[in-house]
Amino acid sequence: MSELSQRTIDAIRRNEAPLLASWSANLEHSGASRDMRISHAEFDAQTREFLRLVVVGSSTGDAASLASNEWSETRAFLEKLSRSRAQLGFDSQHTASFIFSLKRPLFELLQKEYADNAEALAAQLWAVSELLDALGMHTIRTFQKSREEVIARQQEELLELSTPVVKLWDGVLALPMIGTLDSQRTQVVMESLLQRIVETGSEIAIIDITGVPTVDTLVAQHLLKTVTAIRLMGADAIISGVRPQIAQTIVHLGLDLQGIVTKANLADALALALKRSGYAVGKAG
Amino acid sequence: MTAASSGSHPVRTEQDVVLARQQVRKLAVSSGLRLVDQTKLVTAASELARNTVIYGGGGDMDWEVVEEGIRKGVRLVFRDEGPGIPDMKLAMTDGWTSGGGLGLGLTGARRLVDEFSLESAPGNGTRVTICKWS
Ligand SMILES: Nc1ncnc2c1ncn2[C@@H]1O[C@H](COP(=O)(O)OP(=O)(O)O)[C@@H](O)[C@H]1O
Ligand SMILES: [Mg+2]
Repeated sequence: MSELSQRTIDAIRRNEAPLLASWSANLEHSGASRDMRISHAEFDAQTREFLRLVVVGSSTGDAASLASNEWSETRAFLEKLSRSRAQLGFDSQHTASFIFSLKRPLFELLQKEYADNAEALAAQLWAVSELLDALGMHTIRTFQKSREEVIARQQEELLELSTPVVKLWDGVLALPMIGTLDSQRTQVVMESLLQRIVETGSEIAIIDITGVPTVDTLVAQHLLKTVTAIRLMGADAIISGVRPQIAQTIVHLGLDLQGIVTKANLADALALALKRSGYAVGKAG
Repeated sequence: MTAASSGSHPVRTEQDVVLARQQVRKLAVSSGLRLVDQTKLVTAASELARNTVIYGGGGDMDWEVVEEGIRKGVRLVFRDEGPGIPDMKLAMTDGWTSGGGLGLGLTGARRLVDEFSLESAPGNGTRVTICKWS
């Protein structure tokens, strides 16, 4: 990467105010700063800080490589910028145009500064362009990484939301299953339940199927597998929410749930779980 | 027996199985089936629809709300153009599966409904018709 000359750096320093003004105007024009998600004050602070960092980075030595130490502060700034833009829901173009829109004001400045020296002008235009491109690309890269992190986190949250494993009592976990138990989700549900049993050292897990409209042989197969896995871990399982119509259907299907403790509702299952854990349950007083 | 209304539903993906189930529940409710009979019919449909997807390579479910005198019912036909069932007697045995299932789908479905018929020929697809009356 070619370097900014001392003369260019000095020119940027001297013209900080007009540079910032025309950069802001450019951002305004592109609509980038008119978004309600970022305040004007914040935008001003970010443009000022970025320009300062460009000057610092270019003047403290080797500007040849963005990976070098001189640019670490700039890189950190851009990473923070990308992350906050990603979290606010901006796209990568918006984030990159923050940097690319500084090109024009800088080019105009260079044209004035080097009006007497076409060769130097060409070299410096090239240097500025290369530098901003590299910084812009770095921003896009980190933006994409941040965006992927945001998406990954949201996906995890979604999966967890649909599989809440609740601790009902010391040693008693409940898993209220809701909706269609398509095989993919059932797998996740089962894994998170088994994981929580280990984490909490629970002895009894209640699988509540009140929210499951249809119990067919595939659902039953998943339930049986889950119960078997729970037992292999040395814990006990109770299936609750077996409504009368579900019970009759299970019988006609010919499913063998013998050896599996089932209860009509969650309250009954909890009462049984507490009794098994040695708690006495009764009315106070 | 007359058909009050009828239609067809694709059964090609897991998602279709879910949608078919929802459709059958609506039909069962509108035909005046009791809650337990609604549940039985929906469960039978779930079994047959999944077989259509898994073993039949996808197909369709034709539905009909039928009337006979004062009673109403729901008639469902699950049809596919898959490999068919080579040994129907074996397929209709409790606990027999060629896949990794529980082998209770066909036999269970038969016990859950009022009418059940299975037609299949190797290489010519499979057709299962069921009916449940109010
Ligand atoms: N539509 C179909 N096409 C081909 N084979 C089928 C079809 N439906 C069922 N079968 C066969 O009948 C067997 C029994 O089906 P089922 O009782 O539903 O049990 P499972 O689905 O658990 O295997 C299946 O394993 C399969 O070999
Ligand atoms: Mg089956």
